[in-house]
Amino acid sequence: MSKVIGKRVTRVEDKRLLTGQGKYIDDIGTPPNTAHAAILRSPYPHAKIISIDYSEALKIPGVKGVVTGKDVQPLLNPFSVGVSAPVKYYPIAIDKVRYVGEPVAVVVAKNRYIAEDALEKIKVKYETLEPIVDIERALEEGAPILHENVGSNIANHRTFHYGDVDKAFQQADRIVKHRFHFPKYSATPVETYGIIAQYEESTDSYTIHANFHGPFVLHSIMAGALKVPSNRLRIIIPKDIGGSYGIKAGIFPYIVLCSVVSRLVGCPVKWIEDRQEHLAASSSCTDRVTYIEAAVRNDGKVLGLKMKIMDNVGAYIRAPEPACLYRNHANTTGAYDIPNLMLDAYAVMTNKLPTGLIRGYGGQETYFPLERIMQMIADELEMDPADVIRRNLIKKEQFPYKTASGGVYDSGDYEKAFDLLLKTGKYEEFRKKQIEARKKGKLLGVGLAVIVEPSGSNMGYITIALTPEERKAGLPKSGCTEAATISIDPMGNVNVRISTTPTGQGHETVASQIVSEILGIPHDKINVVAELDTATSAWSIASGSYSSRFASMGSSAVYYAAQKVKRKLIKIAAHLLQIDEDSLTIENGQIISKTDPSKSISIKRVAGSAHWNPLSLPEGMEPGIYETAYYTAQAEPPDDNDLINSSITYGFVADLVTVEIDPETGEIHILDYYTVHDAGKLLNPLIVDGQILGGLVHGLGGAMYEELVYDDKGQLLTGSFMDYLCPTATEIPRVTIKHIETPSPLTPLGAKGLGEGNTMSAPVVIANAVNDALKPYGVIIDSLPITPNKVWSMINQSTKQGVSS
Amino acid sequence: MSVHKIEVTINGKKYQEQVESRMLLSDFLRETCGLTGTHVGCEHGVCGACTIHLNGSAVRSCLIFAVQVDGQEITTVEGLAKDGELTPLQRNFIECHGLQCGFCTPGILMSTTDYLQKNPQPTLQEIKEMLSGHLCRCTGYEGIIKAIQKTVDENNHHYEAERR
Ligand code: FES
Ligand code: FES
Repeated sequence: MSKVIGKRVTRVEDKRLLTGQGKYIDDIGTPPNTAHAAILRSPYPHAKIISIDYSEALKIPGVKGVVTGKDVQPLLNPFSVGVSAPVKYYPIAIDKVRYVGEPVAVVVAKNRYIAEDALEKIKVKYETLEPIVDIERALEEGAPILHENVGSNIANHRTFHYGDVDKAFQQADRIVKHRFHFPKYSATPVETYGIIAQYEESTDSYTIHANFHGPFVLHSIMAGALKVPSNRLRIIIPKDIGGSYGIKAGIFPYIVLCSVVSRLVGCPVKWIEDRQEHLAASSSCTDRVTYIEAAVRNDGKVLGLKMKIMDNVGAYIRAPEPACLYRNHANTTGAYDIPNLMLDAYAVMTNKLPTGLIRGYGGQETYFPLERIMQMIADELEMDPADVIRRNLIKKEQFPYKTASGGVYDSGDYEKAFDLLLKTGKYEEFRKKQIEARKKGKLLGVGLAVIVEPSGSNMGYITIALTPEERKAGLPKSGCTEAATISIDPMGNVNVRISTTPTGQGHETVASQIVSEILGIPHDKINVVAELDTATSAWSIASGSYSSRFASMGSSAVYYAAQKVKRKLIKIAAHLLQIDEDSLTIENGQIISKTDPSKSISIKRVAGSAHWNPLSLPEGMEPGIYETAYYTAQAEPPDDNDLINSSITYGFVADLVTVEIDPETGEIHILDYYTVHDAGKLLNPLIVDGQILGGLVHGLGGAMYEELVYDDKGQLLTGSFMDYLCPTATEIPRVTIKHIETPSPLTPLGAKGLGEGNTMSAPVVIANAVNDALKPYGVIIDSLPITPNKVWSMINQSTKQGVSS
Repeated sequence: MSVHKIEVTINGKKYQEQVESRMLLSDFLRETCGLTGTHVGCEHGVCGACTIHLNGSAVRSCLIFAVQVDGQEITTVEGLAKDGELTPLQRNFIECHGLQCGFCTPGILMSTTDYLQKNPQPTLQEIKEMLSGHLCRCTGYEGIIKAIQKTVDENNHHYEAERR
């Protein structure tokens, strides 16, 4: 069993999930007397609440209470958020609604059927106000203002200058620029949000069960909103969560809402979100407008970039926003050696659903304009896009590479990975095919994209939203911490407790692999406890499973905890065997002398001694075997020049996609999707490829199908799975995955995070491929999703001839 | 709200219960019978997570009322494995990494089990079409398709071996 790390080990989670024995939030049972909540939501995007009359609702048998914003306001503080704009965000509307779906009242009843009946009896009078949904219009003079006390719709604005941008633009042979719009889309895990909240008056404390993706920084924010010390807010996260992809961090306002409702109504409250609520009122990615300008030399070298980016954070800026603007700050220039960068970043509020973490968080928004402009540069210079990419890629010798904005890319060999991509995807051959096809009136296209995939967020990056002066006032934030605990019981069996709140990524399996290898015990004999309990688990400000941090951070904590246990076992064994510690090693459940194999003792016996016979332990040693390791990566807070290494490890992804477009219908057929990854050392290739495919299909959704569409009056048009289209099995193209492994020097196992890369790259690589196919028409794809409808209109509105047919 | 007495056989066991006319079958299975392996992802017939067998055919339990199944036979995901022994399809889901969070999985197992009984030799395209009634947001479907194909292949070998 010595080598288990890096093996395609099947998962320890699977059997329970395949037999219906998973324990998701809706399966774990409730305290006696639990009632069910249903939420009345605003039908208007922007309106004043004049009155709420719920007297009829209270008359329905089985209804236990109705709660409105006015009832909860005295018990809550507005949520804190990392910007200086004084936005007051509560989990329920107080006197104004600002997006369709915003909670207005909560009914609590014996069961959900009755609670939903009662919703219909509540009468709310609104005075409607003019809505605003467009990012740029929201910034205009005279636009409707969402938060009067803020005075404008800008929640955050920062400007950054790195290197010498002006000089780069002076030296350039030409400037290539364009405006891009990235759409608002969601994550839609098949399991929706779920909460069981219980208030205990005698201790003024809340106990919550929720399929929350945290605890992360959000635990403190919730405790602050509830006005309780943080140890009076206990959150327990079940071991099974039905997918998240980031969005289940956005459950926190509902945790606070259910908590205070439980307090007001006087019983435990359970709420399971329905699908319409999830689409209208959970969370989503930002939609973003980017004006990008590239200073380009005629040989294809990019000397500098200017970007104005405007993120639409929806009706309220909500933690961890405006992090979408900054999570990729260190890797704004992607995989390229571009030392000069100017960034003008805005977080804008409009009458749409508030935003938050979604797989790829900010990456897809960043790389869409960047990788599109690289292709446009190639087109303008009449160069092959592959050559433009190669001219700008960071070279192997440059690692560790310092980016313009302060990132330190830990390792990589981008050129090798890119060459492998072109070879695997038969790039040259396809180009020839394309020429032939065009002669026959067929539209073939090939797109390329290269991206850097950050993982393990430096907690300091969130404070880049503040100016260096504003930052000085607060506690500096840095690091990227994760914790794990390993114990061995008196019978010699191992329990591992992790704090990474897995949502399907197989953390139990990977943790068991790591412990197995270090302690020499078969991985399926190890019990991994993935439930997180903020009152009893070892966790920290960064705990959770966002930003692909398990492979980089969580696995490292497990590794160090296992090393601690190993050291203790060996110490005890050395004492019992009366031989030198250094001569001992662990093999197959035995602690054994390297020089004299006849000297050995079983782990079971050593662990047994630690519990049953503590007097036999070496002098001064604590009994029992229970070790916790906290691990942090070196991640500094932002400096006075706003340089920030926003993540710990940086992987690399290179994609090549080929498409054929039907000129008659605009239909897009993806012929092949090739993707090359360098995620450092892979811990379990079986799980790795599953993560990559899942992320890729989510990116495909963003490219071609998924969008939370609002009309210009602020009404949501995609409020059910009939209208919000998720890719199904028939939409999935043929995908070829290749790996190279450049270990990270920063993590003990050399691993980097992964699973978000293709969510970041797929939208733009598909756009590049489609744009390449449509090149004869002289069109530019600058928004997503790309639907047959859009393609058809582009073809038909083009003044250029297109292909001969 | 009128209440009805119904009698249903689920995974071979008889359940006699009182239900309101409007109670969904999915809620009945989960809340009244405690069979939480059947999942609910949309309650409007799109995601497929709630799929079960009703008299041997795969149906969506969120689109049926509990009263409608009076006197009938149901199998849920809890009824697939017998005496702790996984079915070949379940085993292949493990082998081929056909699940991540596992939330969509019970519905997909139920649809596929029914489908393969009626169509033992589907093509890849037919498998994809059958699956297109289910949403999985984790796997990108590839592991699921592989698991199904492997099951089909094994069945065919088995069948051929028997003919020989
Ligand atoms: S819950 Fe029945 S199809 Fe989605
Ligand atoms: S495995 Fe998570 S939705 Fe399919």
